[in-house]
Amino acid sequence: MKNTKHSHFGGFIKKTGLAIIATTIALSASIAQADIKPAVVYDTAGKNDKSFNEAVFNGIMRFANDTGIAVTELEPTNEAMMEQSLKKFAQRGYSPVVAVGFTMANAVAAAAAEYPDTQFTIIDGVVDAPNVQNVVFKEQEGSFLVGIMAAMASSTGTVGFVGGMDIPLISRFECGYKQGVAHQDSSMTVLAQMTGSTPAAWGNPTKGGEITRSQVENGADVVYAAAGGTGMGVYQTAADMGVLAIGVDSNQNYIQPGTMLTSMYKKVGLAAYESFEAAMNGTWEAGFKVNGVAEDGVGAAMDEYNADLVSAEMLAAVETARAGIIDGSIVVHDYMSDNTCPL
Amino acid sequence: MTRDRRLSWINGLLLPLFNVLTAFIATGIVFLFIGVDPIEATKILIYGALGYDEGLGYTLYYATNFVFTGLAVAVAFHAGLFNIGGEGQAYVGGLGTALVALYMNPALSAWIVIPLAISGGLLFGALWAIIPAYLQAYRGSHIVITTIMFNFIASSLMVYVLVNVLREVGEMSPESGDFIEASWIPFVHDVLANFGYEVTRSPLNMSIFVALFFSAVVWFFLWHTRWGFAIRAAGKSNEAAIYSGINPKKIIVVTMCISGALAGLVGINELMGVQHRLFLNFNYGYGFGGIAVALMGRNHPVGILIAAFLFGILYQGGAELDFELQNVSRDIVVVMQGLVILFCGGLEYLYRPVLIRYLAPVEASE
Repeated sequence: MKNTKHSHFGGFIKKTGLAIIATTIALSASIAQADIKPAVVYDTAGKNDKSFNEAVFNGIMRFANDTGIAVTELEPTNEAMMEQSLKKFAQRGYSPVVAVGFTMANAVAAAAAEYPDTQFTIIDGVVDAPNVQNVVFKEQEGSFLVGIMAAMASSTGTVGFVGGMDIPLISRFECGYKQGVAHQDSSMTVLAQMTGSTPAAWGNPTKGGEITRSQVENGADVVYAAAGGTGMGVYQTAADMGVLAIGVDSNQNYIQPGTMLTSMYKKVGLAAYESFEAAMNGTWEAGFKVNGVAEDGVGAAMDEYNADLVSAEMLAAVETARAGIIDGSIVVHDYMSDNTCPL
Repeated sequence: MTRDRRLSWINGLLLPLFNVLTAFIATGIVFLFIGVDPIEATKILIYGALGYDEGLGYTLYYATNFVFTGLAVAVAFHAGLFNIGGEGQAYVGGLGTALVALYMNPALSAWIVIPLAISGGLLFGALWAIIPAYLQAYRGSHIVITTIMFNFIASSLMVYVLVNVLREVGEMSPESGDFIEASWIPFVHDVLANFGYEVTRSPLNMSIFVALFFSAVVWFFLWHTRWGFAIRAAGKSNEAAIYSGINPKKIIVVTMCISGALAGLVGINELMGVQHRLFLNFNYGYGFGGIAVALMGRNHPVGILIAAFLFGILYQGGAELDFELQNVSRDIVVVMQGLVILFCGGLEYLYRPVLIRYLAPVEASE
């Protein structure tokens, strides 16, 4: 095989001296790294949701820019289309295929069973199959850390939480946050509200603002939003009313500089990036990739925009808690393990 | 041909046809603006929706949902009621279906479980329509407003039920466990395989025959029963209906129950036929799509079947476009549907004067 390739190559050299250089470069690159045809299927919120899907979108765009490999994307509009598009990508030889969000779990399970040679990666979901990589995050741990910061930054003894859609995943954020607040100061009050019960709750900044206003009027002076696009209204209102806000999913500190205490980052974009990269290097593996604070998959974002708001004591407290979670001396309860929150 | 026959041809066939064509031309212009060759796009759309067995399966599967919601809207329309609540009725109907399909004795035969689960969908869909109907009939609250509001209440109810009641502990997404196997409506590809025909897997399942059955039932009911006559009479003129001894209040309640029940059947196709579990937003878009389907199908079951098929083509062909062309996003499908609705609903009579002038002029009676 190899010999025929070489002789073929030799014939090439005689023909064009110039083309050879480009070909050699391309060839050496492809020898070092397997050629992959990566694809992404977003969930029904779409890639421009200013939050979760968009973080993945940014991650894969970065991958495309870094490697020059085109990434094909699709935004399904309903449940049937998720499975259809995953299968279609698999059928046309795309691999790995990244599925974004827990709603894709059933579709991934079906597609993975039908196309056992395709590598599927599901972010935030769990599918038990030999060709599926499950990327999950311990949102409760990251929320715990920002909870500590909220408790320390508050002077009223009351902090707020604005959730997006009322689903278990968001209760996990809320529960971790409450534990963090209580860990710092058990006498604190946490006002928690969900924006709504439909997917529209992810994109309703007006309502987010209203909830924030009512929480601030009830004494909250730090508000954490885990609500997708709705969070924009939370941050705006917090800035208008002179209280602090905490962002979510990506580092959102820049959105309202001066009133954003921090952001609970969740590196979903990086997860997609790493999945593609691993496939390219031949190190892609099925199974679980759990991203907690130990893996730096979640955490509290620090940058120049919130440097003035974060005191040295806060940093130290977060660092201690981080270390505690990593060594196991602090256990953050996961709401989704039993659907209850101890607080 | 008499002028009346010609007029009914114009109203029933030519107008919808011209309207749809106009919508497609307008879509073509949109395609030109975003740098997509409209001919190429049409080819992909048609091939994707009709050109191979899997695509056709998806088209018919989407069409099945639109038949149910289209019939629902049409029945209400005949009584002069604008039922915007198909979305919510389909959603809650799915709950009725799911409750039967989850908790029936798994040892029972499919011949018992499936009809019961279908009845569950009919019943819950009707129940979800009965309150707005009562409020309209006896309290004068406008049905358009109340049914819209009930869509939101349905969403909240379903989230509550799925998150707090039906979801299995430790499960990330708000969805129920699997239905008992006896409630699964067989896939068409499995049925055909039994007869020795190999076709590619698609979500198309036998509930398409349930849709055809209910289309026939609705046709018979509206035009060949007393109740159907009463509904149409009340829809045409309330006063005349009262004069002929029809109680319009009762008609409103009964019609809305039938309408809701039909919308409640979406769950048959989606849940019993394909997904075999209850999950959030399985109804998404079909309730509203049903309004367009009923408008385009002129509130007649045959028209609705055709219009539902067209919408199936738009859904599946649109998905295919999205897949094949990277500069076409899924929003284009929404634009296409919007244009179809605009030209078939909003500008329904755009070509009517012209067509009448040339094809059925007043002086040319016989």
